[in-house]
Amino acid sequence: MAGEATKAIDKSVLWGGGRSPFSVSYGKMMMWFFLVSDALTFSGLLVAYGYARHSYTGQWPIGEEVFHSLPFLHGNYPLIYVALMTFILIISSVTMVLAVEAGHRMDKKGVTKWLAWTIVGGFFFLGSQAWEWSHFIHGSAGYIVTESNEKLWLVEEIPHGMTAADVEGFALTPEYKKSDESQFIKGSEALSLYASRLDHVQGANMQINEYGPPSYANFFFFITGFHGFHVFSGVIINIIVFLGVIKGTYHKRGHYEMVEKTGLYWHFVDLVWVFVFTFFYLV
Amino acid sequence: MERDDLIVNDSYSVMANHDEAHGKDIRKKIWKVTAILSIITIIEVGLGIMVKQGTDLWPFVKWGFILMTLVKAGYIVAIFMHLGDERKSFRNVILIPYAIFIVYLIAICLQESTVLNGIWDTFRP
Repeated sequence: MAGEATKAIDKSVLWGGGRSPFSVSYGKMMMWFFLVSDALTFSGLLVAYGYARHSYTGQWPIGEEVFHSLPFLHGNYPLIYVALMTFILIISSVTMVLAVEAGHRMDKKGVTKWLAWTIVGGFFFLGSQAWEWSHFIHGSAGYIVTESNEKLWLVEEIPHGMTAADVEGFALTPEYKKSDESQFIKGSEALSLYASRLDHVQGANMQINEYGPPSYANFFFFITGFHGFHVFSGVIINIIVFLGVIKGTYHKRGHYEMVEKTGLYWHFVDLVWVFVFTFFYLV
Repeated sequence: MERDDLIVNDSYSVMANHDEAHGKDIRKKIWKVTAILSIITIIEVGLGIMVKQGTDLWPFVKWGFILMTLVKAGYIVAIFMHLGDERKSFRNVILIPYAIFIVYLIAICLQESTVLNGIWDTFRP
């Protein structure tokens, strides 16, 4: 590269010392350093999850069996909802990179439009995650703990305000999510087992959950919660920058680097979700 | 020592404003990457639904997932985050320390959890 450098950087963007290491502006480099440290945090969490899962000897829940519902619809749609969330985040990442591209052309209208769509995508993702959490916490049919300390899963959920006796064909099964009818405990035997239960576990909290070991729900809450918090703060930062774009702050400055810097953060949030999606839901 | 506060052409990002024609190329690239990311995600979900855990095919699918995730991550970092357009030395400053630390962390946690799993399995009633 020696000898090729011909044009000096504009004085206004040089660092305090009059140089600009790596030809990157100070703000952008610090954003990268922050992202590296944040990436280390998320990697730590995901590796911890892998550690817990790998050292666990019992049955660890399988993503497609836990997450198989869609809002307003009944039936089995494994992974579809999470895939939808992934798409929303990828698309909002695309609109963000389009906003950055428009910024390089000093196209204020373009930046405004694409940044607005990015913010909309962010809100959609947050809403989806709220639904996902709510669904995870409330759970479905759940299992009962019998007097002999066995786990028996309910085949069908008991609707709100009804008792087990009201459910037609009430049955229990010793294996989670297995529809092998010959294993079902039915009729009065099932009802008496249900009546003498020690506990009926539904959904999830920090101590116990119907899906698997307690640490599974704890990791779910912490990792997706920490990521959701990043999305939330990303949306806030995007809104602040959006207001700056509308006011023309960056246009007057002659460059839209601020959009680029928030863009870095936003892409990072998408990047983290790509890994959460794989290691929490798929593998 | 090579001076790094000088720029070649328009390689410095703040001043790297480009014209409409150049923007068209960049947008084309963005949409191409979007298509790649979407297709990979669809393949992942499809495989996740079709191949059950514990089957003979599963280990391949699992490593396929990890590989596809890394490909997706590479596209996001290189194209969307423009790290591919930064100087090579800057790319190294960002990626190498991170990679060294995380590869170490993954290796040691896999090792420890495998041992722990074995111990618990041994003493399980």
